[in-house]
Amino acid sequence: MLTRSLKDRLASRLMFLVTFSSSLIVFLIALALYVRARPILTAKPLGELIFSSSWHPLKGEFGFYPFILGTLWVTALAMIISIPLSLLTAIYLAEYASTRVRGVVKPLIDLLAGIPSVVYGLWGVLAVVPLIRGYVAPLMGRSLGFIPLFSAENLTGYSVLAGSIVLALMVFPIIISVTEEVFRSVPDGLREAALALGATRWQMVKHVVMRKALPGVVAAIVLGFSRAFGETMAVLMVVGNVSMIPSSIFDPAYPLTALIANNYGEMMSIPLYDSALLGAGLFLLLMVLCFNIMARIILRRVLGEGG
Amino acid sequence: MANPHISVHNLNVFYGDRQALKDLTVEIPERQITAIIGPSGCGKTTFLKSLNRLVELLEGTKISGQVLIRGLDIYRPDVDVTEIRKRIGLLSQTPQPLPMSIYDNVAFGPRLHGLKERQELDRIVEDHLRAAGLWDEVKDRLHAPASRLSAGQQQRLCLARGLAVEPEVLLGDEPTSALDPISAQHIERRLLDLKENYTIVIVTHILRQARRLADYVIFLYLGELVEHGPAADFFNHPKEVRTRAYIRGDF
Amino acid sequence: MDKRKEELIFQGLMIASALIVLGSLVFVLAVVVLKGLPALNLAMLIQTPKGGYYLGGEGGILNAITGSLCLAGGATLLALLLSLPIALFLQVYSGKSRFSEFTRLSLDVLWGVPSIVYGAFGFTIMVFLGVRASLLGGVMALTLLELPIMSRAMEEVISMVPFELKESAYALGATRLETAMRVVVRQSLPGILTAILLAFGRGIGDAASVLFTAGYTDSLPSSLFRPVASLPLAVFFQLATPFPEVQQRAYASALVLTIIVLLISLGCRLVGGRFTAHVIR
Repeated sequence: MLTRSLKDRLASRLMFLVTFSSSLIVFLIALALYVRARPILTAKPLGELIFSSSWHPLKGEFGFYPFILGTLWVTALAMIISIPLSLLTAIYLAEYASTRVRGVVKPLIDLLAGIPSVVYGLWGVLAVVPLIRGYVAPLMGRSLGFIPLFSAENLTGYSVLAGSIVLALMVFPIIISVTEEVFRSVPDGLREAALALGATRWQMVKHVVMRKALPGVVAAIVLGFSRAFGETMAVLMVVGNVSMIPSSIFDPAYPLTALIANNYGEMMSIPLYDSALLGAGLFLLLMVLCFNIMARIILRRVLGEGG
Repeated sequence: MANPHISVHNLNVFYGDRQALKDLTVEIPERQITAIIGPSGCGKTTFLKSLNRLVELLEGTKISGQVLIRGLDIYRPDVDVTEIRKRIGLLSQTPQPLPMSIYDNVAFGPRLHGLKERQELDRIVEDHLRAAGLWDEVKDRLHAPASRLSAGQQQRLCLARGLAVEPEVLLGDEPTSALDPISAQHIERRLLDLKENYTIVIVTHILRQARRLADYVIFLYLGELVEHGPAADFFNHPKEVRTRAYIRGDF
Repeated sequence: MDKRKEELIFQGLMIASALIVLGSLVFVLAVVVLKGLPALNLAMLIQTPKGGYYLGGEGGILNAITGSLCLAGGATLLALLLSLPIALFLQVYSGKSRFSEFTRLSLDVLWGVPSIVYGAFGFTIMVFLGVRASLLGGVMALTLLELPIMSRAMEEVISMVPFELKESAYALGATRLETAMRVVVRQSLPGILTAILLAFGRGIGDAASVLFTAGYTDSLPSSLFRPVASLPLAVFFQLATPFPEVQQRAYASALVLTIIVLLISLGCRLVGGRFTAHVIR
């Protein structure tokens, strides 16, 4: 009898230890990266690191500005593409689709989430880049080319747009599934009340459900943004990796994630290079942590425990 | 009462700030069926579950007072809770078969407490399935999943399982309210047979069931003990106003 | 705008969006299959790269296939050893305390960490310990990646075990450990298996975390302390060569990887159905 209760208490202690340690992993990672990034943070003022455009590691110059902008351009455009499509799809699944349709479509969207990033990258190289180079850019160039945003000068197809399209696909499943869950958590009573007043389905969604679900939808978008922000492989393969500040969606760019991935080989041989790159990693981690914590807290409030 | 099996002294149970049981002092006779009656939400289930210390599973519960089973206060800090629970079996309202075969369900308790011998276990399984009145229906499919039984059969399985740890007391939390009338009847008949060897305490909100089964009645209202006594006295000569109103069906 | 017209317009937009999203899935799969199938042959699957492979010579991707299986297999095993106790502890032992809320939030946040950060972290630890890129390093980084995915999925499944079922086990005199292992785990078995498959699928497809930590090699995995190849990196490196024959092999590798992931996805759905014999509804 004693051994049974002893086993129980022992197991309880062990499990607690495992659980406690795992809750600290995030801090451990941040700490480790910070320790490695300190040299450059003490050697260079933060302002220079963030806003300088001169990136010459051999000369000891580490201006991250082009890379930060590269990340922002690609992520922002990916969100512009995916938010409307994802929200509309999610609303369709939550409010309009029959159970059968939902049963078919949801697993397929989950499939989108499961495809490895290199495969998306490969698809990008094989399908998206040529399409941009051959059709999209010339077409847009002809009609809208006077707007600098759409000017297509040194066109290879490896561009912000290519990166954004690939990222948008990777972000679809996240926004769709979280949004759908949020919508389904809105009580039916609200829907009935709106319909009883003579609203059409869409009006009910637009004026009642959406309003109730808004924080959750925002959280879904933030989670998607966070995913796009941190994606490495797929975007690295199609975005061109040229360290310039993009001025058009057809220009190449060089996101932070690609910077780290491409240069990890040389980073130990040049002074401060490893510190710079790991510092960039720390920056990515902190940004993503902020986004995720915000989104998760909102979702917990909206969905209850399940968020 | 001459030799009560269970004595409760000044039992108070709080769920957070809400007081569910107020200073309860009552005794439960041995080898009889005691029915705890009263309207919903009045603490009947709380009282039942404080008899086998299941009530403390819910977070934020505070318990004070004594519950003596054959003279031993089960709430003493040095008491082994799992031993107490072995002595008191529970039949829940909705049948709760464990996710395993019929055989394993009944053998679960004995195995927990160390029994490994196959023949012993076989005997225990058969004996208690018979006591629950389920043996004939399942003897050829002891290793089929328990989930395939009907609700009535599942409840009898849970009865067998509870008896297999050889408790002294059997608790029933509205044990028939989720069953169809025929299965309910089955369970009631089993309980009447079992009281020869076990002290049985059931919670019920069906007055007629209490009349059919009870030898002793405890009436709780809003967490307080209103009246208690042998069934004949209770139903025929109720002393309290509230008791009379409840028996009449006023609430 | 007339509300009926608005309704129709938006219905049209919604269906169009859904079709675009699904269509893009079809598009991606189609390209992978159409490009990969012609390049896929038996030799690819059972050989490792021979001399001059990356210049167009003989060989196959067996190194990457076995490497990926070892990496993801090892990481999934480690993640399982950690996730199950975590999920059980949070559900059976802990409940709604501040500590479990904090842990859940922490694991949820970990779920969103970019895999390259795990790679960078793994790299820093490896440099600190003086360990080189190896199977072990890759497994550690992947375990970090898989842990939040698996533990979250497991906890969700385990939380669905009804309270009364656990109560019944306690009523028979079971300890928390016995209830957890003999009742809760059995009841959640399909979901637990699905969580394992889910994490495995995620781990086998990841490139950024193994890029720094597992290295790459042309040989089959031989030791925990030597570099190991992986399918995602095989795709990446082969695609980067200027030789069309080698690029073809990248397509084939991508197809193999995609097929593995699709099979795992299918497995998840099947497991959900098959192991439910004893599960109580």
